[in-house]
Amino acid sequence: MSATPFIVLSAILFSIGSIGVLVRRNAIVMFMCVELMLNASNLALITFSRSSGTLDGQIAAFFVMVVAAAEVVVGLAIIMTIFRTRRSASVDDASLLKY
Amino acid sequence: MLVPMSAAPVVDPTSAHGAFTLLWLVIALPALGAVVLLLGGRRLDKFGHLIGTAMAVLSFVVSLILFITLLGRDSADRSVSQHLWTWFSAGHYKVEISLLYDQLSALFLLLITGVGSLIHVYSIGYMEHDERRRRFFGYLNLFVAAMLTLVLAGDYVGVFLGWEGVGLASYLLIGFWQHKTSAAVAAKKAFIVNRVGDIGLSLGAGLMFVTFGSTAFTVVSANAPHASKAALTAIGLLLLLAACGKSAQFPLQSWLLDAMEGPTPVSALIHAATMVTAGVYLIVRSNFIFTNAPDARTGVVIIGCITLMWGAIIGCAKDDIKKTLAGSTMSQIGYMILASGLGVVGYAFAIFHLLTHGFFKANMFLGAGSVMHGMDDDVDMRHYGALRKAMPITFATFAMGYLAIIGFPGFSGFWSKDKIIETALTENWVVGLCALLGAGITGFYMTRLMLMTYFTNKRWEKDVHPHESPKVMTYPLIALAALSVLGGVLLAGNWIVDWLSPVVGVPHESSPPIPSLAISALAVLVVAVGVATAWLLVGAQEVPRVAPEKVSVFTRAARADLYGDAFNEEILMRPGDRLIRDLDTFDRTAVDGFVNGIATSLTAIANRLRLAQTGYVRTYALSMLGGAAIVVLALLVVNL
Repeated sequence: MSATPFIVLSAILFSIGSIGVLVRRNAIVMFMCVELMLNASNLALITFSRSSGTLDGQIAAFFVMVVAAAEVVVGLAIIMTIFRTRRSASVDDASLLKY
Repeated sequence: MLVPMSAAPVVDPTSAHGAFTLLWLVIALPALGAVVLLLGGRRLDKFGHLIGTAMAVLSFVVSLILFITLLGRDSADRSVSQHLWTWFSAGHYKVEISLLYDQLSALFLLLITGVGSLIHVYSIGYMEHDERRRRFFGYLNLFVAAMLTLVLAGDYVGVFLGWEGVGLASYLLIGFWQHKTSAAVAAKKAFIVNRVGDIGLSLGAGLMFVTFGSTAFTVVSANAPHASKAALTAIGLLLLLAACGKSAQFPLQSWLLDAMEGPTPVSALIHAATMVTAGVYLIVRSNFIFTNAPDARTGVVIIGCITLMWGAIIGCAKDDIKKTLAGSTMSQIGYMILASGLGVVGYAFAIFHLLTHGFFKANMFLGAGSVMHGMDDDVDMRHYGALRKAMPITFATFAMGYLAIIGFPGFSGFWSKDKIIETALTENWVVGLCALLGAGITGFYMTRLMLMTYFTNKRWEKDVHPHESPKVMTYPLIALAALSVLGGVLLAGNWIVDWLSPVVGVPHESSPPIPSLAISALAVLVVAVGVATAWLLVGAQEVPRVAPEKVSVFTRAARADLYGDAFNEEILMRPGDRLIRDLDTFDRTAVDGFVNGIATSLTAIANRLRLAQTGYVRTYALSMLGGAAIVVLALLVVNL
């Protein structure tokens, strides 16, 4: 089975994710887009693992999943706190840390 | 036994034992006095001067005991050294603190502590009403201790220690009345001019380390005959520079006249027993260098000749009694330097003249102090006149010093100066004529001083009542006057020459071009002409109370110290000043501008870059994406 469709799917998913991060203001949506990018890279890793016949890519995918889970915990907690103080989930409102 | 001219005696002392183990006490006593007086505080104010004087006198007693013990020894066995401790050692260079006591240092010890003690006694009276008298005596003791270190040290680094100590003490004493700006400035001037000479001594010592591996007299004197001519000449000229600084020789003479700002006993101490004699000591002590370096000796003779005329000419035009005497000191030290530059034939006579000069110059300076004491500290001779009746003892003792310095037959100065003139004429007739002429000028300016102060018309202010000084001041004067008269006995039977010959070498027998009796007669005649001229120009006329303005260009030059200060100011000080100012401007504009410019431009750049921190997450995300894209593209470019 050819690896190309999987890689193309992965690229499409990654692009959707990254564009979503860049253009959306809602923190939750941006968060989901980040998850999309992580899963796109997981798909690519597993595809390469299958086609090369080694397990390295699959192990890396597990690492990514663990990191993503931890990140979701911390990230959602931050978003919750910001929402509680500002009554808004827009990332543009949290822009005080600048020049 | 005749030692040939080229072989200077080697310094080869025996280790000290018996009475000679007391040697360190000679320095330690006045040093202890200085420490006690300067650290003791006000509780010593009442009797501090007595401690200081006692220390000087005790040091004299020890010197006398040592001298008598030395007399009892065999003439070949009169060099003693006492090793105290190792000062420092670096690699194979080692500097020991050791004292060398031989015929030369013995004479210096007696002069410094003897005349020094008399000056201490005199100062008790002179400084009676000064509230800082304790401190004054502390400085005097420090001065004496430093000078004793200088003449007792067994190597050049030790000499340098005493040399700097003398410089420090002279600075403190010249500027003792520091509330007077002139005194403070004079002290600084003396210190700075001396520093130029000190460079000579430190470089000379450094060159000895390189050439001989040591600066101990023993090592240097043993190896000097084998060293190269160039090294010896260089060392000799550097030592001459050092001597010029301390002994106020041309071209470093300018500090001496200003040094008169100090209290008069200090002037006596500087001019008679310590300080200015250090240069002569250095040259005579380094005879093993100079005997082997005839070129350096020529330099010494030239400096001596110039200075003896220079000082004498300045002395002729000064109305300040102390400055006239200062010019005279410069001139007399010039005689000594000249004699020491003549080599083996002259060393002993240089020391002889140094001793007799120490007596009569201390006598006259203290006498001048006594006159000032009676005249409310006025130093202008034009305000004196006819003081011989008001101050009979001061006058009588001063007259002894006067007769000694002009070389009146039979007085100490006659014997010592006559010997120098005779030796100079034998060695080189130009130098001899210079010395002879100098003697004539000495006769002139000293007679002028004598007439203006003690004879001629009365010119005091109405409210000045000249009176004789107290006994504590006149007794030292009487003692010094006696020494001024009798100092010549040192020459009896050629004693001083024989005494010093183990240190400085035995001269060749050579006869002067004309019989020595004729030279003496000629010298006396020249002096008589000088005295007669002074009588005609000063004594036989009414002395004006204010110095005449319309005078010849020569008088004006002499009044301005022959433009020595003007020269220093125009050639050295002003260009130096300008250079420093320009360097300062350069530092402020160019160097600081460069550094500040870097800082300013970095700030400007940072201010621009700062704007990239917008605070919006999407900006950062975009820049991260852009960065990742660039990395990927770069990898592609490298791999393809």
